[in-house]
Amino acid sequence: MIRVVIVDDEELARSYLRELLGSHPEIEVAAECSNGFEAVKAVAELKPDLLFLDVQMPKLDGFEVLELIGSETAVVFVTAYDQYALRAFDVHAVDYLLKPFNQARFEAALDRARQRIGARLPPAAQLAAAARPPLQYLERIVVKDGAKVDVIPCDKLDYAEAQDDYVLLRSQGRNHLKPQTISSLEASLDPGKFLRIHRSYLVNLERVAKIEPYAKDSRIAILTDGTRLPVSRAGYARLKALLGER
Amino acid sequence: MHPLLAGKDRLGLYLLAWVPLAALLARMLAAGGELSWSETLSIVLPLAAIYAFVCLSAWYVCRFVPIRPAGIPRLLLANLAAAALSSGLWVMAGRALAAALGLEAKYARHVSTLFGMGALLYLLSAAFHYLLLAVEASREARAREAEARILARDAELRALKAQINPHFLFNSLHSIAALAAAQPGRAREMCALLSDFLRASLGLGERESIPFAEELALANRFLAVEQVRFGSRLRVEERVEEDTKDCPVPPLLLQPLVENAVLHGIATLVEGGAIVIEARRLDGGVWIAVENTFDESAPARRANGVGLANVRRRLEARYGTAARLDVRISGGLYRVELLVPAEAEVPR
Repeated sequence: MIRVVIVDDEELARSYLRELLGSHPEIEVAAECSNGFEAVKAVAELKPDLLFLDVQMPKLDGFEVLELIGSETAVVFVTAYDQYALRAFDVHAVDYLLKPFNQARFEAALDRARQRIGARLPPAAQLAAAARPPLQYLERIVVKDGAKVDVIPCDKLDYAEAQDDYVLLRSQGRNHLKPQTISSLEASLDPGKFLRIHRSYLVNLERVAKIEPYAKDSRIAILTDGTRLPVSRAGYARLKALLGER
Repeated sequence: MHPLLAGKDRLGLYLLAWVPLAALLARMLAAGGELSWSETLSIVLPLAAIYAFVCLSAWYVCRFVPIRPAGIPRLLLANLAAAALSSGLWVMAGRALAAALGLEAKYARHVSTLFGMGALLYLLSAAFHYLLLAVEASREARAREAEARILARDAELRALKAQINPHFLFNSLHSIAALAAAQPGRAREMCALLSDFLRASLGLGERESIPFAEELALANRFLAVEQVRFGSRLRVEERVEEDTKDCPVPPLLLQPLVENAVLHGIATLVEGGAIVIEARRLDGGVWIAVENTFDESAPARRANGVGLANVRRRLEARYGTAARLDVRISGGLYRVELLVPAEAEVPR
């Protein structure tokens, strides 16, 4: 039995997938979701084998959903937009169904999904990062907190701190933990706005009030809210290079 | 900046034109016989050089008092006064120069001639500057007209492209595919709606203007197609006054706004929302507003600006400052208001 979750904000699009899946008795549609939040919740609760995922949706888009779910679920994108397809395939997305599609194309996607289910998949987060078009930086960061999803606009992020396999995200007086390396977070943020001032710290440049010498060869950054973060020698060099460019 | 002072070549050419004028002045002063040629030249050369630059000031007067049928007396008055003033000052400068050279008595006999010549030269310069301004104005007008035409064509192409937004088509076709098996009747209806919209939009870009009623019908056809996709999530309210329907408007002006309202408004909301289209007559033109609800926490989409910027540029290219387009964002409402002026106000 293959358990499937359908995620699309359009009722007609969901019913089309349901209809096509109806002719396969070995497939069970465990849930239908009309937005990204519902999708993240459904995947966490139902642990489906396969997800049909729309890209353009209210609340969270398909890529953000992909980033928040575990890597056990195989994902087939279903969208009218073709611009993310190539990069998604690069990291072995199961399939990329372009609307409108016919039954034959759908069956092909389902066959691919069947073969892939149970096989090892690249982590979903990697899939999402790759599927983001190049030269486009994140505008917001999504974090899952139990069943809840927090959305942090990037300009509200004060700084990020590496903590083992997690990053701690400080925003609007609250801390959020996300399973991600600080380097991959750094890579997805606009380098003109966020700077790695230390091996463990990535700071929003707009929050930096001043840089003060601390000890020989080391400095601290004082943020507008008074937070003090260490600045390494390499970090200071990067800061000078960035500010020098301006 | 004075156009002749802007380039060395132009200024050189202008000063060259003063050589024969200086010769004429010298001829007149020397004609009396009291002044020797060397005395004449020592007075005339500096005076001519000074006056060449004084006459450039006519440009500012010409700009300040442009040629208008109603303003002829004012124009004459301003230029005659400027001529008298310039020439008077000039003659006085000449007197000071003559005094320095000890030729005051001989110079005094020529004051009235010099004053007359000075005034005449100034007026000549004013005429020349009016000509210059007219040439410049016509060149600017041509450039502006050409730019407006390019902008309009460019905008029309973009509008047309946006019109047949491929994703709109793909999504609509997908809806038809979804309906085909379960609800063939509705699938056929959707085919008809989509065809209606496409047919209505074909060829619109070539027309200068269409009655507002036609533009509104096009937008409604678009919304009818989207209604099938979004179902109860898309609600439309129309507050359009009857007397706006005949008003001529540029085609494809309302449609991109309505499309934005669906794409960036309704589609971002789980529960959907309402689009309100308003229109009424204002100052002989037509005032149009499109308002929609949207998700404030959704990241601002760059694409949002394209359709809107396009509409704004087309309005500007066609109506200049007579048209208005305002965007108001407050409390989850996105509102675009625009004023299409009456055709009579189109600047020629």
